[in-house]
Amino acid sequence: MSFKKNHRLRKAYITIVMLLLFLPIFILIAFSFNESKLNVVFTGFTFDWYARLFANADLIDAFKNTILIAVLSTGISTVIGVLSAVGLKKFQFRGHGLIDKLIYIPIVIPEIVLGIALLSVFTLAKLELGFWTVLLAHISFSVPFVITSVRSTLYSLPKHVESAAADLGASRWQIFWHITLPLIWPGIVSGALLAFTLSMDDVVISYFAAGPGTNTLPLYIYANIKTGISPDVNALTSIMLVITVITLTTSAYFQSRKVAARSIS
Amino acid sequence: MSQHNPETAGVSAYSQSKHSRRFDLFKTVFTLPVIIYAILLVLIPLVYIFFLSFLKSDNYGGYLFEFNLENYGEFFDSTYLSIFLKSAGIGLVTTFICLLISYPFAIFLRDLPEKRRNLIMKLVMVPFLTNSLIRTYGLITLLRKNGVINSTLIGAGVISSPLALMYNNVGIITGMVYTLLPFMLMPVCSAVVKVDQNLLDAAEDLGAGKFAKLFKIYLPLTIQGAFNGSLMVFIPAIGYFFIADILGGGKAMIIGNLIKNQFLTARNWPLGAALSIILLLFTFILVRIYRKIGGSLDELGGG
Repeated sequence: MSFKKNHRLRKAYITIVMLLLFLPIFILIAFSFNESKLNVVFTGFTFDWYARLFANADLIDAFKNTILIAVLSTGISTVIGVLSAVGLKKFQFRGHGLIDKLIYIPIVIPEIVLGIALLSVFTLAKLELGFWTVLLAHISFSVPFVITSVRSTLYSLPKHVESAAADLGASRWQIFWHITLPLIWPGIVSGALLAFTLSMDDVVISYFAAGPGTNTLPLYIYANIKTGISPDVNALTSIMLVITVITLTTSAYFQSRKVAARSIS
Repeated sequence: MSQHNPETAGVSAYSQSKHSRRFDLFKTVFTLPVIIYAILLVLIPLVYIFFLSFLKSDNYGGYLFEFNLENYGEFFDSTYLSIFLKSAGIGLVTTFICLLISYPFAIFLRDLPEKRRNLIMKLVMVPFLTNSLIRTYGLITLLRKNGVINSTLIGAGVISSPLALMYNNVGIITGMVYTLLPFMLMPVCSAVVKVDQNLLDAAEDLGAGKFAKLFKIYLPLTIQGAFNGSLMVFIPAIGYFFIADILGGGKAMIIGNLIKNQFLTARNWPLGAALSIILLLFTFILVRIYRKIGGSLDELGGG
């Protein structure tokens, strides 16, 4: 077999696909250090845009809203998602089957349909479109992802641990807090991470739920993309990317150490 | 008191049989949020647009309470139907290209050591941490007339005049493939990695070539993963209006633009609602096929 040569070609293919996936992001970062205001030719190296970024009040405001919405919607969706996943497994109630079907809908329906449906009810309920409606909309599409993520760990729990705790006199609250919650923690973390990523990535649903007043980063870019975006947006994007990558790698590092520590003891 | 049947062990630990008639705070805390969530943020919005789709627009952004099927009739109007068909075409091409890129990627990934494989699978998700609109903007920097690709090719003497890489269907499809590829890579890779090596060895011993292995082993065994990825690529590819807007240059329309315009520009909400319901029905049919071939809803969307 010409195994070695073949192997190198295969690795090259994987590398190329990965590089292409990251290429536009690398280009964005590169142009954040460019002297020229136009993202066309690289004229010289500068840190100017990073300094100017903080003078752009609209952009900073949009950035704050984006982060705040992502953090709040992740927190709220994670709490609702964990309670829901456990509740749907443990309890039977009227409408259980219907609810169980409804929670998959936001995962499969086109985002635009959820977006206009939410816009329609927000208008019907006379809610003023803005920060809070965007937050509600993000909760609406995040909860199902947390539920499915928690559910997958919930169904692989070792049997009997919960009933053993009950036999030893633990209350249901104690069982949930001391047994179930620690055991489903990996599912909760990956669900929360997914919710955060979805919130940061969303354009379509925010677009309908935001109304004219509120600015989030994607809406700011959408409004300015046709007239041209100045490199301070590139600078902000680069900073965000570095922060998220650092957060992710450190959390992955600590999680792997925790798992290692647990398997030793 | 407590049963030790493994099937009901989890339930028995939580259920409180002694006073089941009384108000149960524990049960309420764990079931009320999901009920409120599913009714307020999923059921009511969808029922409401279904209801809206049968009303009549007053042409001023409001609607008249006259039930009719006109909005659905308008769908068969040639302009709307042709946008739906064209948009489905763009979606199909996008899905096909993503499949074409993902299969070799996944099959080659199998050979790598597990640690490296997991790292690559994680890296595939990283682009999602920057907003898709920001990535589309990065793509413009590459694709436009005086962008990085054209100036590099001209500089190298490969072409003499810039290629039209955006403001057309090529631009839209490039944007869609680029934005949605990770949704295909993830399910296809995890399905392909699970294929039993013994089957491949046996096929090879019996004289199967690369393509025989692809069509007779990989494809049949990973059809669920491929359909999962195709759903997660195709559905956004007909709805992501911002990609068509930015990379198609405003001329090209997909279903997403059509619905968006009815809600924000034309202010004909009932028609927009009817178009959304049609899109929704179409989606449900696709999901139904996915479940028929044994796909699980829990695995959609990387959950």
